[in-house]
Amino acid sequence: MPGDDQLLLEVKNLKKYFPIRRGAFGTVKKTVKAVDRVSFFIKKGETFGLVGESGSGKTTTGRLILRAMEPTEGEVIYHLEDREPFDLMKLSKKELWEFRRYSQMIFQDPYSSLNPRMTVRDIVAEPLIATKALQKEAVTQRIRETAKKCQVSIEFLRRYPHAFSGGQRQRIGIARALVLNPPFIVCDEPVSALDVSIQAQILNLLNDLQEELDLTYLFIAHDLSVVEHICDRVGVMYLGRLFEMATTRDLFFSPRHPYTEALMSAIPAADPSIIMEPIKLTGEIPSPINPPEGCSFHPRCRYAQPICSQSIPEWKEYSPEHFAACHFAGELELKGAFK
Amino acid sequence: MSALNSTPPVEIPDLEEQTMDRAKESFYTATQFQLMWLKFRRHKLAIIGMFVLALFLIAMLFAEFLAPYGSQSRDADYLFGKPQSIHFFDDDGNFRGMFVYSVISQFNIDTMQVDLVEDRSEIRPVNFFAKGEPYKMWGLIKGDLHLFHVEDAFIHLFGTDSLGRDVYSRVIFGTRTSLSIGFIGVIISFILGLAIGGVSGYFGGLIDDIVQRMIEFIRSIPTLPLWMSLAAILPKEWSPLRVYFAVTVLLGFLSWTTLARRVRGKLISMREEDFVFAARIAGSSDARIIWRHMIPAFLSYIIVDLTVSFPAMILGETTLSFIGLGLREPVVSWGVLLQASQNIKAIEQHPWLFFPAIFVVISVLAFSLVGDGMRDAADPYSH
Repeated sequence: MPGDDQLLLEVKNLKKYFPIRRGAFGTVKKTVKAVDRVSFFIKKGETFGLVGESGSGKTTTGRLILRAMEPTEGEVIYHLEDREPFDLMKLSKKELWEFRRYSQMIFQDPYSSLNPRMTVRDIVAEPLIATKALQKEAVTQRIRETAKKCQVSIEFLRRYPHAFSGGQRQRIGIARALVLNPPFIVCDEPVSALDVSIQAQILNLLNDLQEELDLTYLFIAHDLSVVEHICDRVGVMYLGRLFEMATTRDLFFSPRHPYTEALMSAIPAADPSIIMEPIKLTGEIPSPINPPEGCSFHPRCRYAQPICSQSIPEWKEYSPEHFAACHFAGELELKGAFK
Repeated sequence: MSALNSTPPVEIPDLEEQTMDRAKESFYTATQFQLMWLKFRRHKLAIIGMFVLALFLIAMLFAEFLAPYGSQSRDADYLFGKPQSIHFFDDDGNFRGMFVYSVISQFNIDTMQVDLVEDRSEIRPVNFFAKGEPYKMWGLIKGDLHLFHVEDAFIHLFGTDSLGRDVYSRVIFGTRTSLSIGFIGVIISFILGLAIGGVSGYFGGLIDDIVQRMIEFIRSIPTLPLWMSLAAILPKEWSPLRVYFAVTVLLGFLSWTTLARRVRGKLISMREEDFVFAARIAGSSDARIIWRHMIPAFLSYIIVDLTVSFPAMILGETTLSFIGLGLREPVVSWGVLLQASQNIKAIEQHPWLFFPAIFVVISVLAFSLVGDGMRDAADPYSH
């Protein structure tokens, strides 16, 4: 673990269980463990990637970290420049409102995340006005500056979102996230809804903005080539649990979890002469209502042993900053995407 | 040659492109209601419906001016009179403008009945914007100007009823009553639907369950018996005006359920909407989220629902009054007028007493057409 002065936030034992209502009187019969005992940390100025299949809980984790929804249990400790470290989950409603200036979010779908009934100016201005961060006179100035940074033309400010394509809309979404000058941004699959040609533009924009404004990103994605391009460190999630966390280099060269290995083998190469040998996972991703006993990956794991179906593997650091949750993480010789 | 070459190229502005750009820019900066109007305009039938509704609205507002007579004025010589014909040429074939002949009753010796025949000896010209029977507009403003009027005689475009009252004038006054019942009823159901549906969708849980079961219960009661029993509660000695208000409120109180359901559904789906979520992360208060994001997003749907629920109100009033449980004379509504045509004799001998029914059909159709067009236009952002 790095020292406190390097950290931006620490997540400890985060849980989010959704009750499933059954029966006429709303009796809770079962729960879905969307996020289960997740712990990780994010360092100042880095891009931390969170990858996993759909339903793995990565988006929920991103939302919990901003306390956009209430967790069932767990701590999220922020280390902000001008404040003592604090647990976000313990903040009062008013304190939470004040915290909004320090973190914002970029959404996956650039269509549904912009209110079609508001002008671009009003959309970008919303965080400023809602948090009362600036005097009225300064708002216009700030909006223009932010729009320029995010490559949104000033003339576009009076238009409505229906005038724009996906890439332009995403720039507007980024401008909204940045208008408060927050140090931390959660990017929830910001490019997965965009065309490939535009994905690169948006990723480069995010990179440039990070350098210019000294931002820290939590980057949620399912596209490993995007993650490899933009992230410094990566966490791999499966069925609500974190399976592995390491620097991008470490993870792509020498993964320690069989699930990560399977993911790595499925990255398509841009060279048609390379023969791909993806590891085929058998079966479907299990239902989160009835996750398998023990390690939730064991029914699909080709290295599974009897112990895997009996006990949940511990989350341990195997080499510096390389964490994994697998009984055999120290023994297996796994292949990464890079050799 | 070199001098010619050195002239700077003259820039010819491409006018077509400029107008294109301006059209695009105005589309890009169009508000929700401008976009809705663009979409609505393409719906030809809805535009016709809207035009018809505008006519009804004018009739409602200026009934006294449009009707040549008051709703209770009698032409004692012309009972159950059929619609008078409008003439333009006299018996010699000369063009005489628009005119009518007055009607006189003659006793027919052969059939032993009174026959109404046109008195062709004198031409009665129809005067437009002429002074006629004095009235008080909305019971407030005195006037005597009418759209058309015939001096020293009567004009009955739709004939007369058993007491010799002008059916056309009464239909116009009935429009005012019937549509105003619709308006007030719709407003009552709007307020109730918004409040109850809003509470149900916003709080959820047990409150939601109770409200939903209540709505199911109300909706499961057959409408007609319910109306009848409720209308029967209204004391007979109440003045017609009081009955009028009671019926209006009653219709409103029974029709909020659909709207409440819609509001609840919209609220629930809206809570999960990405832009609402984004607003919450941006630090917006609940009040700001409701006013800036949620209400504008479902307002258009609610307007559509209100338009669509109008016909039900009008038909409800008509039905109630027709079976004699709603409004009563001297209040005139389409339903009250149709009461006069309840027997077989009316159909056989005085078919013009059915004119109010045509108005009911036209107004219901117009509202439905407009509602249809609005439904298509309600979400201009679907893609």
